[in-house]
Amino acid sequence: MNTKKNIKILTVDKPLKLDCGQIIANYPIAYETYGSLNDKKDNAILVFHALTGDQFVTGINPITNKDGWWSFAVGPNKSIDTNKYFVICANVIGGCMGSFGPSHENPKTKKKYGTDFPVITINDMVNAQINLLDHFNIEKLFSVVGGSMGGMQVLQFVSNYPNKTKTVVPIACTSSHSAQNIAFNELGRQAIAADHNWQDGDYSSKNIVPDKGLAVARMAAHITYLSKKGLQEKFGRKLQERDDLKFGFDADFQIESYLRYQGSVFVDRFDANSYLYITRAMDYFDLVKEFNGNLSDAFKNTKAKFFVISFTSDWLYPTQENKDIVIALNAIGADVGFVEIESDKGHDSFLLDVPDFLKALKNFLDKSYSEN
Amino acid sequence: MKSEFKIISSLIKQNSHVLDVGCGDGVLMEYLLKEKKVNIRGIEISKSKVQNCIAKGLTIIEGNAEEDLKQFPDKSFDYVVLSQTLQAFLNPENVINQLLRIGKQAIVTIPNFGYWKIRLHLLLKGTMPITRTLPDEWYNTPNIHLCTIKDFVFFSKKKNFNLSKSIAMKSNKISYINDLNLNIKNLSSNLGIFLIEK
Repeated sequence: MNTKKNIKILTVDKPLKLDCGQIIANYPIAYETYGSLNDKKDNAILVFHALTGDQFVTGINPITNKDGWWSFAVGPNKSIDTNKYFVICANVIGGCMGSFGPSHENPKTKKKYGTDFPVITINDMVNAQINLLDHFNIEKLFSVVGGSMGGMQVLQFVSNYPNKTKTVVPIACTSSHSAQNIAFNELGRQAIAADHNWQDGDYSSKNIVPDKGLAVARMAAHITYLSKKGLQEKFGRKLQERDDLKFGFDADFQIESYLRYQGSVFVDRFDANSYLYITRAMDYFDLVKEFNGNLSDAFKNTKAKFFVISFTSDWLYPTQENKDIVIALNAIGADVGFVEIESDKGHDSFLLDVPDFLKALKNFLDKSYSEN
Repeated sequence: MKSEFKIISSLIKQNSHVLDVGCGDGVLMEYLLKEKKVNIRGIEISKSKVQNCIAKGLTIIEGNAEEDLKQFPDKSFDYVVLSQTLQAFLNPENVINQLLRIGKQAIVTIPNFGYWKIRLHLLLKGTMPITRTLPDEWYNTPNIHLCTIKDFVFFSKKKNFNLSKSIAMKSNKISYINDLNLNIKNLSSNLGIFLIEK
């Protein structure tokens, strides 16, 4: 996929030792930027994307021709104001939008890596992306921002590179992936593996795609991104283009039709093996364990200013898990603010038009920037 | 500026580390930032007030003081301020203990239920007093643990808290409370301001 036009690639020469022990070098990182870097180079924000995101944060994604995944939050005069800030976002390694991932060719076998690709972690993703700072000659970022898996990368980034950012904004995330979340990810992986077309990850050499399995994985995951109340209000028991039940297994209900649609559009833009690798990286994320049970130690070397945001109806990364980060920061007297945003839109709230969230994010960034 | 905040500010040293518990819209925080160049955090339970604080660029944690003070280490602040909020807690004693654990000193202000107008209201009307500082009806008031200046002084003695400053306020006039004038200050003041340490 790295041959696609419109994708900016940084080839990283510097070898990176992955957590699994393998070393990679001369690997591509696909990235996009918005706004412009000022002369002082103090206005850069590194945005980290979530599981199924990519580097095309805002505007029209040139590959899918749809709005970027964070168009509500990022753009001119928006929360992350591209008139003011230089926004950088990279596709994570393991991903499928140009960065080094399982759909790349393995030079040894001349075949796509598939499941021969090394298992990567959140730590590996962050250690790959730090190279973008050198590329742009940025000594210190103004902020690192991300929601969900993007928030995990935010936490890992400031832990690995405590002096590389002034502010830190983890949103709707956790410091340690929960059993429930591992369970949902495993469900998705098993759905993919159960698709005969998956072929132990070697589908591309046979020119087939495990689209049914990947669609089921997406459907199941999509439910976890919403809330019961949100689903009930949006769909209730409304029927799909019919007046009555059909006594069959077609999509009688709108919610069924909606999920099938979400599954079907997802397989057009996402690689099944990438889905396996990235969910694995999330499952392995445990910053608490990395610091021997004391999360505070992850942040003890940074003077950065933190702002943690959670959502009331997010049951995937609930407020308490976000608060645990705040508690760890308060325990070492770090500069940390926290707000729980009222929203019925579930975990997806951070991607949607939730005015209180967008306002809080904008105010935090703009006020912090003006203190410079 | 509320004269109460001026007195609180006068008790706080320059450049000190302060936590404002129940900081509301952050008016006191802004005042202390300007007057005393403090390093200040706030805790507030109301989501809309938290938003107002964020808009002012203040460091604010949304939370409930009865639950969320536990996370701060011992003596991690020079001062912990609690302005006219003590009476709203389910367990004020527990909150005071937390304030004195995490702060080297605590500054607590209380609306004085012993003020003569309040006593007279109850005596003559026979209904729960409603005043400017206590504007709610008995059935919807958040103020569930009201006390008098005298109650607070007795409480502090019983718990061996040291009241290093006890100030009585009436309109904008202030005076110091001591053992000899306690009864009269308890009658004549509508607000008590205490600098406490353990």
